[in-house]
Amino acid sequence: MRYDSLADSVGHTPLIGLPRLSPAEGVRLWAKLEDRNPTGSIKDRAALNMIKAAEADGTLRPGATILEPTSGNTGISLAMAAKLAGYRLICVMPENTSIERKQILAMWGAEIVSSPAAGGSNEAVAVAKTLAAEHPDWVMLYQYGNPANAEAHYLTTGPEIAADLPEVTHVVAGLGTTGTLMGIGRYFRESKPDVKIIAAEPRYGELVYGLRNIDEGFVPELYDPQYVDSRFSVGSRDAVRRVRELLDREGIFAGLSSGAIVHAALAQGVRAAKAGQSADIVLIICDGGWKYLSTGAYTTDLDAAEGYLDSQVWA
Amino acid sequence: MGVEVRIPTILRTYTGGAKAVEGDGATLAQVIDDVEGRYPGLKARLIEESGLRRFVNVYVNDEDVRFTGGLEAPTTDGDVVVVLPAVAGGA
Repeated sequence: MRYDSLADSVGHTPLIGLPRLSPAEGVRLWAKLEDRNPTGSIKDRAALNMIKAAEADGTLRPGATILEPTSGNTGISLAMAAKLAGYRLICVMPENTSIERKQILAMWGAEIVSSPAAGGSNEAVAVAKTLAAEHPDWVMLYQYGNPANAEAHYLTTGPEIAADLPEVTHVVAGLGTTGTLMGIGRYFRESKPDVKIIAAEPRYGELVYGLRNIDEGFVPELYDPQYVDSRFSVGSRDAVRRVRELLDREGIFAGLSSGAIVHAALAQGVRAAKAGQSADIVLIICDGGWKYLSTGAYTTDLDAAEGYLDSQVWA
Repeated sequence: MGVEVRIPTILRTYTGGAKAVEGDGATLAQVIDDVEGRYPGLKARLIEESGLRRFVNVYVNDEDVRFTGGLEAPTTDGDVVVVLPAVAGGA
């Protein structure tokens, strides 16, 4: 395939069968490899579309400073695009994220403002909102509430799945900003409403839920539960077990959020098999494992990996 | 045996610091009422008139109850109920 530029090559990712992970005959699993995007994650779709929308409506002008709360992947996508377009990028990132993400952001010239570990991404969002109020000339694309995030998946990810696998019965994706699921969910509600939309949400350790008050909780502005059929909470131990299974049995080297998604997808597969139904389940591989090597997720014993990830924003 | 209810850090002031407490009931609402009997004040932090509070997520065996009947979600002995504050996910 030929494209005019790196950014133009976003999307059109392969859908790969996972015959060895299938829990039963008639239940087929399919992995959509989003690590095959320009900067190696599904976030390229949302980040590049948010920039495109902000440039189109005049919010983002030459020489602008972009500010964004991110635990890594969205920041990395924005950093690549900002470098090429000459924008300054400031990422507000929880300090308990893997070192590789900080290294990659620095490589593309992004500046990093660390937010406290306790409170995880909630604190990153809060710090970014404070900075945005102090610097009204900065442009916060704000992936948790920007319709161009979900729109990227409505316009591309959803249609790609439907084109490659017309018989799809389930789509399983991660829940962070909720943009992926909102976009894919809306696309299938409109075109194939029988397709079940399943959310896999990482369950972090206590530090990350360290709010002062439950009313300081956070639900992304993009989230609309009508586009989701079920939602599963997956802890780091299950996520690590599943990335290893994916590696050992299918040869796919995926990041930790993908492990959580595989876990939820297999649960759907087992349910379908028990009910005597066939199923074609698409699961999203959000990124490759490269950025998580330092966590020990692929090499240390399960207890050690779980112990290390307990304090981390691991997905 | 009953249902194990896991309590997030910020609500453990109501459970004397306990990370998990036992409850009984055939629905989530019944389990919460049963736990409230021993740990008064907890229920009001979880539920308001219209149902679960906006920033409270409850999972029965890892599945979000908002998609399985809400407070009427069925529970049986041996189930694990996890209560968590809603937080921003990684992105």
